[in-house]
Amino acid sequence: MIGRALINVPATAKRGDVIEIKTLVSHIMESGYRIGVTGQPIPRDIIDDFVCTYNGEEVFRARLYPAIAANPFISFFTVATESGTLAFSWTDQQGATRVQTASITVEQ
Amino acid sequence: MADRPSRRGILKAAGTLAGAGALLRLSAKPADATPDMMQDAVRAAIGEAPVKKGKIKLDLPPLVENGNSVPCTVTVDSPMTAADYVKAIHIFNEKNPQPNVISVKLGPRAGRATLSTRIRLADTQTVTAIAEMSDGTCWSDDIYVIVTLAACVEEPKP
Repeated sequence: MIGRALINVPATAKRGDVIEIKTLVSHIMESGYRIGVTGQPIPRDIIDDFVCTYNGEEVFRARLYPAIAANPFISFFTVATESGTLAFSWTDQQGATRVQTASITVEQ
Repeated sequence: MADRPSRRGILKAAGTLAGAGALLRLSAKPADATPDMMQDAVRAAIGEAPVKKGKIKLDLPPLVENGNSVPCTVTVDSPMTAADYVKAIHIFNEKNPQPNVISVKLGPRAGRATLSTRIRLADTQTVTAIAEMSDGTCWSDDIYVIVTLAACVEEPKP
């Protein structure tokens, strides 16, 4: 299950500024390589896809593997082009998706 | 006297049991990736393009106390214009059970080709980052990381 997400996007920026975006989402990221108390491997349960769109246009996409630590933290940059919405979506291997948005105001 | 198990017999039996236990433990451990598997994963990700050193900087602590969460930053030297930008960044490892760590797609809209995340490391090993540029060239950087407490080995809480 994908838990709560924390997103850090500057509230305002000047047009053309390069802004840093930090995301953290609550998820166990079970690698599938650990052995449980019964001696059986614990089934894999990971988020494998992360996408960030800026006013509908994809600006960043990541494919995650079990080697990403629990509660995946991803930070990246984008250019502030216009005021609007940044949408972040995490998809786990079962296809469940969590979408969270943040808005940004871009001054001229 | 003959009915009593001898000290030697008991020790031998105990030794055999302990040995069997150790074998079980070993066989229960997942197979680790090898440098060859990493090379295969690299080729699967970027194709046959030659990989040169430079332009990319992989930042990882050289000595890691806890392999479950290792901060990791990749920075690629690129102007990030429509004509010359970083298409993708990949991170690979040598000795986790699986050689891939993360693959990222970006474009000129990124402004700066920098990526930070937290990764798992199952062993002391070399971690490699590869950047794919818009002109098709590939650049790499690697770093040797010593891990004192490995990821994936701790027992889950019952």
